[in-house]
Amino acid sequence: MAGPDFEVPTLTEYTEVPKIKEGATAHLKSFIAGEASQSFLGYPHELPADWKERALDRMGQVLEKFRSVRVFMDACVHCGACTDKCHYFLGTADPNNMPVARQELMRKVYRRYFTLPGKIAPWLVGAEDLTEDTLNKWYNYYHQCSECRRCSVYCPYGIDTAEITMAGREILNYVGMGQKYSSEILTKVQKIGNNLGLPGPALEDTLLGLEEDIEADTGVPVKLPLDVKGAEILLVTPSADFFSEPHVDSLIGYAKVFHAAGVSWTLSSHASEAGNFGLFNGNYETMRNVAMRIRDAALELGVKRIIVGECGHAWRVAYAYWNTLTGIGWGGTDEFSRKLQDQLDMRYPQPMHICEYTWDLIQKGVLKFDKSLNDDRVITFHDSCNVARASRMGDEPGGQFTIPRNIIKAVANHFYDMPENTIGEATFCCGGGGGMLTDDLIEARVKGALPRMNAYNSVVQKNQVNFLALICAICKAQFTKVLPYYGFDRGMVGGVHQLVSTAIKLDE
Amino acid sequence: MTSLTIIYMGLFYFAALVFIGGVAYRIYEYSRTPAPLVIPTTPAPTTRSGVALRMTREVVFFESLFKSNKWIWVFGWLFHVGLALVLLRHARYFQQPVWFVVEFVQPFGKYASFAMVAGLAGLWARRFLVDRVRYISTPSDHLMLALLIGIGLSGMMMTFVSHTDIVALKAFMLGLMTFDWQPLPADGVLLVHLFLVALLMIVFPISKLLHAPGIFFSPSRNMADNPRERRHVAPWAAALERDKS
Repeated sequence: MAGPDFEVPTLTEYTEVPKIKEGATAHLKSFIAGEASQSFLGYPHELPADWKERALDRMGQVLEKFRSVRVFMDACVHCGACTDKCHYFLGTADPNNMPVARQELMRKVYRRYFTLPGKIAPWLVGAEDLTEDTLNKWYNYYHQCSECRRCSVYCPYGIDTAEITMAGREILNYVGMGQKYSSEILTKVQKIGNNLGLPGPALEDTLLGLEEDIEADTGVPVKLPLDVKGAEILLVTPSADFFSEPHVDSLIGYAKVFHAAGVSWTLSSHASEAGNFGLFNGNYETMRNVAMRIRDAALELGVKRIIVGECGHAWRVAYAYWNTLTGIGWGGTDEFSRKLQDQLDMRYPQPMHICEYTWDLIQKGVLKFDKSLNDDRVITFHDSCNVARASRMGDEPGGQFTIPRNIIKAVANHFYDMPENTIGEATFCCGGGGGMLTDDLIEARVKGALPRMNAYNSVVQKNQVNFLALICAICKAQFTKVLPYYGFDRGMVGGVHQLVSTAIKLDE
Repeated sequence: MTSLTIIYMGLFYFAALVFIGGVAYRIYEYSRTPAPLVIPTTPAPTTRSGVALRMTREVVFFESLFKSNKWIWVFGWLFHVGLALVLLRHARYFQQPVWFVVEFVQPFGKYASFAMVAGLAGLWARRFLVDRVRYISTPSDHLMLALLIGIGLSGMMMTFVSHTDIVALKAFMLGLMTFDWQPLPADGVLLVHLFLVALLMIVFPISKLLHAPGIFFSPSRNMADNPRERRHVAPWAAALERDKS
């Protein structure tokens, strides 16, 4: 690894709140999207002549369509409760990374063009004209937010900066300032079927290779079926699971669980991606189009259940939005929803998280483990931001915290939690979520990981932890990349189902 | 009827109109804007009654703020509870006979003004002392605190230092409400107090004071966590669905 051209923060016992340093990350600018992907998504790729009208027009539409943005623009009292809650602020000290200041970048424009005081006395209320400089600031700082919702936990009005960031990116897209990383991924997923652009035949090859590996390793012919019509379960998982390390070890874990449960299951080449970057950009229709692939695949394959692999934002979209966007779920009485409901098994929630599925089987005694096989691992668990604060597992609120931990404790002997104020609903984002998992934002990613790294370091020191268990493809990729900057071995990163995979007993 | 009385009558009718009309319009605006996606900040209640409980904890105890920052919570809560008691006590100037509850809070309401002003002073101090809060403070943030402290101090002057002709004031207020107009006592402190209150009412619907109705419409707090059991589709999103199918 070449030395970074920025200063990596030093680890401390607790994450301290820094004094503000204006402009500390003003230089961080993600690459702008080019013509091919932007025009595929229906956006311009450079600033049009009427950019100002377009931006304000879109902003007006967002205010009409999203109550969150409408209320959040008005409700903030600048109390300061959120100012020390964002991991990017804690890691960079740039005041524009304080949630309220990030919101304020948009609120200034909102006040100027949409409120009376801002129109008549802008200086008084902090209203500002929309200029190209504003757009550049928006671009830089709305791509230094991972939409992790930590601020929304602590805001007395529940103001969620993620909603503002999404609105900001949506407006930026309308004036040709899309982000290359997200824009290209959204193109690939719609053209090819997954974010990595892995075509069907390559996927088939990869899965066959994995089957051989598992059999060589365990002597058991565990299968990874693809496009099997009539299978009971459709597994939708982030495409990184197919060939990234350590993601693939969790995929093997899911396969072993299905094998041990003796169910028929399948992956889909059409829906070979659980991730939905439409969420990151705040465009409802794009998100809907991307999610619709899952519905189409489920109908095409005739499956009874839909299960989602380890992925944070994907699970948020699946859990909280799929029913709305695509009718995957219960309660819909319209023809569109009923068509899928008639096919799905009504004894189960739809969709289900792989952790819910595995934990259910563990409780029923279907799965057997040799916990000692994980004895070389001292494990801690990182709550992925969007699983923690935007979704649920199981029937009770907070199941998203207990179920993964219960699984870990069922398959391994050594587990320690990180400090209380860094887990559960207070969890710190990995620093790479929300469309920031790109090398052009590495400085923000490394610095944004600081609060998590401090918390991790504390259990490494105190409990000799050597395994950071994750349930998110982005977390896995981010920590694999970022851990070495802080002096940790990248091999410490792994998935919860990787632990399951190690300890599970398969029939011979 | 003095011109002073007439000016204040006009001011209060105008302020009441702006306040009630403005806030009602905002509430209408918030309520007709749909929340197209289910976005409660989780862990969240799974039922409507659970949501009502969460909202009550938020509005009465400032639960999230308590989690967030104890200083802001102490000052903010002191101010709001003080204000609530003071407002309730003030109901006596607008009704005859006076409710039992209003009689009951009378002694507390008088001293609650200290809590109210102390809370405001603490919040204002943070705007100077904490660099992060200083950075986000706008002139209007300072003016709003000045306005509220001005209202509090002028009111306390009349309660504890130099009493105004409260019987005449009550007659004036009741007169405003029944359109049976009575003269307003020409007491300097009272005039300042009333002017600032009218100003507060006027700026309410166009300022950050909208956090008061706003919190009830905040989707991250007022939505139930039940997206797998209930299909939630906004009207504009449903139209989209019809167009596509």
